Amino acid sequence: MTDRFANAYSKGPALVCFITAGDGDTAANLDALVAGGADVIELGMPFTDPMADGGAIQAANLRSLGKGTTTKDVLAIAAGFRARHPEVPLVLMGYANPMVHRGSDWFAAEAARAGVDGVICVDIPPEEDAELGPALRNAGIDVIRLATPTTDAKRLPAVLAGSGGFLYYVSVAGITGKQQAAQASIEDAVAKLKAATDLPVAVGFGVRTPEQAEAIARVADGVVVGSALVDIVGRDGANAPAALKEFTAALATAVHTAREPAL
Amino acid sequence: MTDLVNSFRTQPDAEGHFGQFGGRYVAETLMPLILDLEAEYRAAKADPAFKAQFDHLMKHYVGRPSPLYYAERLTDHFRKSAPDGKGPKIYFKREELNHTGAHKINNCIGQILLAIRMGKTRIIAETGAGQHGVATATVAARFGLPCTIFMGAKDVERQKPNVFRMKLLGAEVQPVTSGAQTLKDAMNEALRDWVANVHDTFYIIGTAAGPHPYPELVRDFQSVIGTEARAQILEAEGRLPDLLIAPVGGGSNAIGLFHPFLDDAQVAMIGTEAAGHGLDKEHAASLAGGSPGILHGNKTYLLQDEDGQITEAHSISAGLDYPGIGPEHSWLHEIGRASYLPITDDEALEAFQLCCKLEGIIPALESAHALAALPHKVAEYGEDQIVIVNLSGRGDKDIFTVADAMGVAM
Repeated sequence: MTDRFANAYSKGPALVCFITAGDGDTAANLDALVAGGADVIELGMPFTDPMADGGAIQAANLRSLGKGTTTKDVLAIAAGFRARHPEVPLVLMGYANPMVHRGSDWFAAEAARAGVDGVICVDIPPEEDAELGPALRNAGIDVIRLATPTTDAKRLPAVLAGSGGFLYYVSVAGITGKQQAAQASIEDAVAKLKAATDLPVAVGFGVRTPEQAEAIARVADGVVVGSALVDIVGRDGANAPAALKEFTAALATAVHTAREPAL
Repeated sequence: MTDLVNSFRTQPDAEGHFGQFGGRYVAETLMPLILDLEAEYRAAKADPAFKAQFDHLMKHYVGRPSPLYYAERLTDHFRKSAPDGKGPKIYFKREELNHTGAHKINNCIGQILLAIRMGKTRIIAETGAGQHGVATATVAARFGLPCTIFMGAKDVERQKPNVFRMKLLGAEVQPVTSGAQTLKDAMNEALRDWVANVHDTFYIIGTAAGPHPYPELVRDFQSVIGTEARAQILEAEGRLPDLLIAPVGGGSNAIGLFHPFLDDAQVAMIGTEAAGHGLDKEHAASLAGGSPGILHGNKTYLLQDEDGQITEAHSISAGLDYPGIGPEHSWLHEIGRASYLPITDDEALEAFQLCCKLEGIIPALESAHALAALPHKVAEYGEDQIVIVNLSGRGDKDIFTVADAMGVAM
């Protein structure tokens, strides 16, 4: 695990914020997330066929690609972020084809050079790790894996093998931005995952309000919010940074104070 | 005796790879289900009762075996323009005579039997031209399971008769408005539905593509085509054919015809890809105009740009309008066991009309792409040689598209 992840998750529950690269003024939007209190940034790499995403992030992918965003642009956004925010962990999240198209070694080297700490590749399960995993680990980048409600105890060791940074628990069997799982099932799942790994466990999919984030932060090491932020970018365009900062601040307060005793 | 070490028929490996192609590139949520499906498929394959049920339905419900028909007038037509002694005997494998009018039903019967074995109670599928959607809606009706078909909104518009057929059969047709609103987008949406409903839903994928074990099981169910054709040509001619021709979108009918012949070294194979307006313009020829990549659960040849973004395909045939191809075809292409020929919209339209006039058979535009390979190849084969063309589907669904292309108002 890179030091940045260790630091981010050492101070209590962390807020993990996702937006899509190239959608709106991404540099300004990322700065707003950090100013609002985000502890970890996930930067989405746009793809023409975002099969695991719901309407909000699908639309963000298309807006970004429609403006001509290239892989080079995404890496430049990452490098710019790293220069401005030396301490905040940065994750690239996306689909396999844009990541492996020029070769996994090329992608891993460029991502490392841009200061990326971890990569989430939605459609490379542990069974296909050889496609990208070794290249990333060799470049010092954590392979962040997803665990889901369908990942049973028998399968979990395979998911954890070779994974780093944190474990991303997808709380619902489904696509991003839709319904949220019942709190009880999240608590149960997180407890099982934490018993199996020392990695921090962050929970995402369907988290749209500070109240939801707070409830999850009581049991998990991190809370991931994506679609709700991406919706703000889509809605406010060039004016998004102000609204992003305000909403992120509300989320961050909820997450960071979740474990304080009620007054 | 087949030498298994050197056999072309032992793919994929245990991880679902055909050489470097295939595999299981899916979200974690789907992985456990894909592994269950594989285990269930292995068990079904070893179960004589499963095979007996499949064979029974193939015979009494689908109407198999489909005939192998000597296309005498088409043979004569090509001999007239061929050099002396050239112009092979042309046979059609008549998959268009199957129930629902195409080869698609073979696979749907197999997959719905698997769905029932797995205790799944809801069926989903993607469709392009609507043939797979109709075949899926058909088996869902036959077995009393609710069924949702995802279809690009553009395809819903250009394939209205099939949309109505699906609805008559009790299926819900869900128009997909994302992307280019064609087959690729329908498949994305079907995957999104599946991932949210893994507990009760079986996804009947329509072609020999997607994550392992789909390419293998679809091929196995479709191999009834080649197994029959092999026995039929031996009975009719006492020898194996010299050339097989089949159209390739995802390539399930082609792999179904080819696979039982792969170890017969004397049998050449050509898959015809949709070259649309031409390879330098909009097309759907992923082997001729694409490169290896990862999409929809498998590694295979794809139409993509320099960043690995998937580019839009074009073909006059909605069933071939897809920017990828089944992984086993990518492998057969790379090792050279089969060759692949791009056929343009115009060539397919010409072959379509020729087949109507000379043989009294209206072929699907997909199948017309296979027929259009004949003018490229007949001069290379002697009169004593044999070509089998897979007539994968009937063309009733395409008459509006063809009329439009011919400038006929209907």
